[in-house]
Amino acid sequence: MKHVQKLVAAALMCTAAAFAPVKAVAETPADTLIQAWAIDDIITLDPAEVFEFSASEILGNSYQGLVGYNVKDVSEIFGVIAEKWEISEDGKTFSFTIRPDMKFASGNPITAEDAVYTLQRVIKLDKSPAFILSQFGFTPDNVDAMIRKTGDMSFEFEMDKPYAPTLVLYCLTATVGFVVDSELVKSHEADGDFGYNWLKTNYAGSGAFSIRDWRANEAVVLERNDNYSGEAPPMARSIYRHIPETATQRLLLEKGDIDIARNVSAEEIAALSTNADIVIEDGVKGSIYYLGLNQKNETLAKPEVRQAMKYLVDYATIADTIMKGKVIPHQAFLPRGFLGALEDTPFSLNVDKAKELLAEAGLADGFTVTMDTRNTNEITAMGQAIQQTMAMAGITMELIPGDGQQTLTKYRARNHDIYIGRWGPDYQDPHTNADTFARNPDNSDDAASKPLAWRNAWDIPEMTAKADAAVLEADASARAQMYVDLQTEHQQTSPFVIMFQEIEVLARRKNVEGFIVGPSFNDNSFKAVTK
Amino acid sequence: MKTSEGHHRALPTVLGKAMRLAATVVFTIFGLLVVTFLIGRVVPVDPVLAVVGDRASQSTYDKVFVELGLDKPLYVQFSLYVEKAVTGDFGESFLTKKPIIDDIARAFPATLELATVGIIIGTLFGVPVGVWAAVRQGKLVDQVVRILGLVGYSAPIFWLGLLGLLVFYAKWGLVAGPGRIDISYEYAFTPKTGLFLLDTAMQGQWGAFRNVVSHIALPAALLGYYSMAYIARMTRSFMLNELAQEYVVTARVKGVAEWRIIWVHALRNAAVPLVTVIALSYAGLLEGSVLTETVFAWPGLGQYLTNSLQNADMNAVLGGTLLIGIIFVGLNLLSDFLYTLLDPRVRRRT
Repeated sequence: MKHVQKLVAAALMCTAAAFAPVKAVAETPADTLIQAWAIDDIITLDPAEVFEFSASEILGNSYQGLVGYNVKDVSEIFGVIAEKWEISEDGKTFSFTIRPDMKFASGNPITAEDAVYTLQRVIKLDKSPAFILSQFGFTPDNVDAMIRKTGDMSFEFEMDKPYAPTLVLYCLTATVGFVVDSELVKSHEADGDFGYNWLKTNYAGSGAFSIRDWRANEAVVLERNDNYSGEAPPMARSIYRHIPETATQRLLLEKGDIDIARNVSAEEIAALSTNADIVIEDGVKGSIYYLGLNQKNETLAKPEVRQAMKYLVDYATIADTIMKGKVIPHQAFLPRGFLGALEDTPFSLNVDKAKELLAEAGLADGFTVTMDTRNTNEITAMGQAIQQTMAMAGITMELIPGDGQQTLTKYRARNHDIYIGRWGPDYQDPHTNADTFARNPDNSDDAASKPLAWRNAWDIPEMTAKADAAVLEADASARAQMYVDLQTEHQQTSPFVIMFQEIEVLARRKNVEGFIVGPSFNDNSFKAVTK
Repeated sequence: MKTSEGHHRALPTVLGKAMRLAATVVFTIFGLLVVTFLIGRVVPVDPVLAVVGDRASQSTYDKVFVELGLDKPLYVQFSLYVEKAVTGDFGESFLTKKPIIDDIARAFPATLELATVGIIIGTLFGVPVGVWAAVRQGKLVDQVVRILGLVGYSAPIFWLGLLGLLVFYAKWGLVAGPGRIDISYEYAFTPKTGLFLLDTAMQGQWGAFRNVVSHIALPAALLGYYSMAYIARMTRSFMLNELAQEYVVTARVKGVAEWRIIWVHALRNAAVPLVTVIALSYAGLLEGSVLTETVFAWPGLGQYLTNSLQNADMNAVLGGTLLIGIIFVGLNLLSDFLYTLLDPRVRRRT
């Protein structure tokens, strides 16, 4: 036994030596904001291509668009790089005037040339978010003629139809409309790539911060842009560290090695809420959780079955337990905060009502169905809860887990029965969601566009026409009413069980103030953060 | 075999062996390429989606479909891939938009550094503990080692990792938190080799060096413990085997000191198979232990490959898999070579 003691002692000493107590710096630098976030979704920093949550937020803090809106009241639209604009009589042409004396971070002045180059570049590069602008009738062939410079500080934006002005302006607030420094980008052009190969990992903007460095799966470093025209941000630097694990983020935050933890699960929220040094903050986001019922499945195509399923989700319990703090019940396709959003929640768990409806459909004994479930904790937990309530009415629901790309591939091929999904709007206008939930211009298997209505094989020529009409309504209040009507009908008849709207939650050190959680990710702002 | 014949055949044998070896290596790597390539195509994931996302228009989708060469027949895609791979061009990652080779050059040193420190810890502790357990077979020490080994081998590593962070980082503040280095030291040196311990030491940045040590200590100790469990168990069984041999009895009869019998005679013989065990453990760690890297936010190969796989970034997966294949083959060759150094019988046979 003496030997044992000696050896244990020796081992302990060696371990202690290996752990060489170096005092960990438990405080972040005073002029630097450090955030932990899972940023492995970033694939590019080029505004013409960015579509990912974290990259959108980074661009929102480092670029500026022609127009912007008040994040507290999105109906208030104002010019940013554009000083003013006029709309032609026929409603098809916007004439923009650029605000004078603004500069890019490089020192180059911002002119109409930059705005025109930016917009033409988006159409010609034709990357993922290009449709946000090309929906106004632009193609690589006609864009040079349709978006044209009329002076050093003015340009025209001519569309194929008189679209609702708010739709056009909201689309320009999306990251795809962020203005790039044409002189700088052009100097990096190679083989007619519009500088894409350079800009995807570099920076050419005019926002409050400039992007200094992006190391994939590691970090993004931003620095204060001294040429920024707005109020100078208090922080000299802002750093995102890629920390994939939420428990690790929590440890770092409690220890004071980061200022803000961006991924907090419902469990973490509960645990952190008792810590006096930590403040939990949240904001309503536009993403919606829903079930898509494939109409190719004969059972799911019965109107009574679709209706019954809407009574077989325990909205309140899910929102109060497994998704506590992360969602609010919401049952219409436009999220709260959007023009014309419908806030009614007519459905709640009602097994008797559902059984009645199933009996009317001749399915009193229930049926068997599958649901493709993305293998994230939250989606899986929601899927299991829904599985249980469906079983109460005799519906046997088999969950098929898969990773995101896998379930999405199957969904887009219309090979699912039920898909549990999350949909975030692409821009702040109601058309973004109406376009996907309530429009299906071509239900054939080889259709050119694959909106959510198509993916669930829901053939709706009449509703499509209504959604199209709303796009051309110039009067905002009339337009809002059109969307309310559309949602009221959609809520009852559609094969979508719309369940929740997402809340974005973050946890910050008590001294870190001024972070704004906006309605979309590019509205999230650390420009005014102090600590 | 007569000596004269042996000399006569020596040259062709060596040549033949080298050729066989080369053929094995090439065949292994080619096989690896075929299998990963096919798996990549069979998986029910649309690689175009990984690039353009869910919202892109059909024209964007079609353009990328062609750009990725997916319109070509499978065998053409494969031959194009092999052709490029031979020249060291593994294509570009869809996710990071950088050449795969650059990505790996960045992610691999992080894993290499962690795995190397880990295997050193594992060997330094594992071998003596294994020897000790063998000598005291069936005694308390043996049982304790067995239980520690079992825990190390069977406890989920991410759980041990989180627990370690909670105790050593959050509670006691003995080590630094997740990541490779503190932000404040990040720009204090230029990463030349990508091995931060080496880089900081070579540039005389001792503050940064201490910080790197403090960051690597916990994950490396964890990986060390994990491999120690395996190495100790194997050492124990090899040693038991050796200690039962007649030469040990002979040595004892001759009155050789017990410590000498154990640490010199027996261990030297046990070392031969042990080399393979250690080499393979090392190779296992070099693959990048995904869970450890995730918990410790360690930007290594494991995290890179998992993320690529989840996003159907096939170029990255193929490139990474190939690298791991080469590492395995390389370490196998190395252990074969060490065999010949350690075991005179193998040396004589060649």
